[in-house]
Amino acid sequence: MATISHPGGGAAIDQAPPRLSFWQLLWRFSVQNPLGAGGGLVVIVMMIMAIFAEEITRFDPTANNFGDMLTAPNLDYWLGTDQFGRDLYTRIVYGARTALLVGFVSAFAGASIGLILGVASAYFGGLFDLIFQRVMDIVMAFPLVILALAVVSIFGTGAQNVILAITIPFIPRCARVVRSSALAVRETPFIDAARACGFSHTRIVLRHMVPNVMAPYIIMMTAAVGQAILIEASLSFLGLGVQEPTPAWGLMLRGGAQEYAESAPWVAIFPGVAISLAVFGFNLFGDALRDWLDPKMKV
Amino acid sequence: MYFYVFKRLTLMIPTLLGAAALVFFLMRLIPGDICTLRLATGGGSINPNVVKACRLELGMDQPLLMQFWFFIKGLITFDFGRSMWTGRPIVEEVGLRFQLSLQVAIMATLTAIALAIPLGTISAVKQNTWIDYLVRAFSIAGVAMPSFWLGILIILAILITSKALFGSPWMPPIKYVPIWVDPVYNLSMLIWPALATGYRYSAVATRMTRSAMLEVLREDYVRTARAKGVFRHLIVRRHALRNALLPVITIIGIEFAFLMGGLVVTEQVFNLNGLGKLFVESVSNQDYTMTQALVMLVVAIFAFTNLVVDVIYAWLDPRIRYHR
Repeated sequence: MATISHPGGGAAIDQAPPRLSFWQLLWRFSVQNPLGAGGGLVVIVMMIMAIFAEEITRFDPTANNFGDMLTAPNLDYWLGTDQFGRDLYTRIVYGARTALLVGFVSAFAGASIGLILGVASAYFGGLFDLIFQRVMDIVMAFPLVILALAVVSIFGTGAQNVILAITIPFIPRCARVVRSSALAVRETPFIDAARACGFSHTRIVLRHMVPNVMAPYIIMMTAAVGQAILIEASLSFLGLGVQEPTPAWGLMLRGGAQEYAESAPWVAIFPGVAISLAVFGFNLFGDALRDWLDPKMKV
Repeated sequence: MYFYVFKRLTLMIPTLLGAAALVFFLMRLIPGDICTLRLATGGGSINPNVVKACRLELGMDQPLLMQFWFFIKGLITFDFGRSMWTGRPIVEEVGLRFQLSLQVAIMATLTAIALAIPLGTISAVKQNTWIDYLVRAFSIAGVAMPSFWLGILIILAILITSKALFGSPWMPPIKYVPIWVDPVYNLSMLIWPALATGYRYSAVATRMTRSAMLEVLREDYVRTARAKGVFRHLIVRRHALRNALLPVITIIGIEFAFLMGGLVVTEQVFNLNGLGKLFVESVSNQDYTMTQALVMLVVAIFAFTNLVVDVIYAWLDPRIRYHR
């Protein structure tokens, strides 16, 4: 009896599962992560709202209509109107544009700058790393609202300055996480090999180290989108973000919402529901993506 | 251990200095200054001589580096000077508001602990049952809901229920009274902002408790305890929870540190005259001395809380020792 059974079974190659199509993969992801798929659905709905805002609404999001102030939700105004007679549904749909723009751009910019800085800090080490870490400490400890206030006071209000104010505090958070992964990559032989080949520091950092820390980068980025939307809403609520009459969810809760909360609760409720749902969706989707990309990082 | 604490305290110095430099120059980058702002409110043209006198009075005619040096010297001797806007000593202005914000922060932390630890534990013990799903949905919702919106909803709920119960709407009081003077009045004012921030805060801590508990419950010593026939609730309380609490303490500490500078939005909703409101006012008034003092206070609390969390960590877990 000299037959040696192969642990995987001899016929494994013939029985290898067929390559799954995109739709089959999507189906499998949804079955395994129903919550993540739900989150993804919210994200897709938000994108559709942002892209096709003109097609799916009937009113002008910025035009006042004093004949229909604070109307309760009805068949014409599905979610009611605010104190200027503007349709809430229309404003929420257009508000998705502001939220997504700020969310995506600041998450992408913050995570990407953090990626480069974190990898460089790990690669060069020594004094550069020490000083860099202290600078990151300072930015992390610095109150976000003060930073936002200062940015707005210096450059003025508006979406691009909100993005700037949100991006800056994201950088150190991402740089920290990326740096700790990059420290492990730095010790691997292929980095030594690249150095022995005489490659420049820039080339080693960008071509050899950055691609190996993509998982934490993507994870940080998806987690940041929801947070960025939340911070944008808070800043706009404080009057430091996007300005009237631009439709933005946080801004819709400012002023009128509190004043008329009792007589017209819909003004105070629906924009908040929109913010919560959006952040909820991005968080669930991000969590599922994280588990899928890196099972070790489960929280 | 003592050496570690000493080293951390020394490392705090560059952080504080860096923050000082950052806020100092950031504030001066803002176009205009307090003198033009203060004098322009009357309308009409501004007399340049008056502006000059105002700058001279506030020490703003000095070279920037000299001003920075005075600021640092004041920090070292704990002499924060006077608010440029009101002219009153900063310690006095900050004192009462700090009390209010600190109380809200502590109450929010207590709310968070009271919610997070039992919920996180039960969610881990009953993993993948409906209780677990419910707790997880509750905590994910807490992370997603902006605390200012929750605040608006709480106010709305108070209005509607009080109107239904007493016939006339009741609102929480607006004037701050310290808790030792009139506890009922004080709590009826501050419990709502504490709940609104505490819920969000608890959501993060619940998630952390759950995942730490899940990890610990899979440890060998838990299995051994179970094999010995120890009661399940004793295993959870004595063997698992104590060890799972370490990362939870870190999260609670870090969130607390953020809260001291992050109550701005909640204070706005509930119309509280706390640190956050003072922050916003002093930046928009271009009150350099006040903003600088406030930033230094918040940064120092942040750095110090982080240190305390790390020390507690080592004290609770004998396996962790800080060397060097």
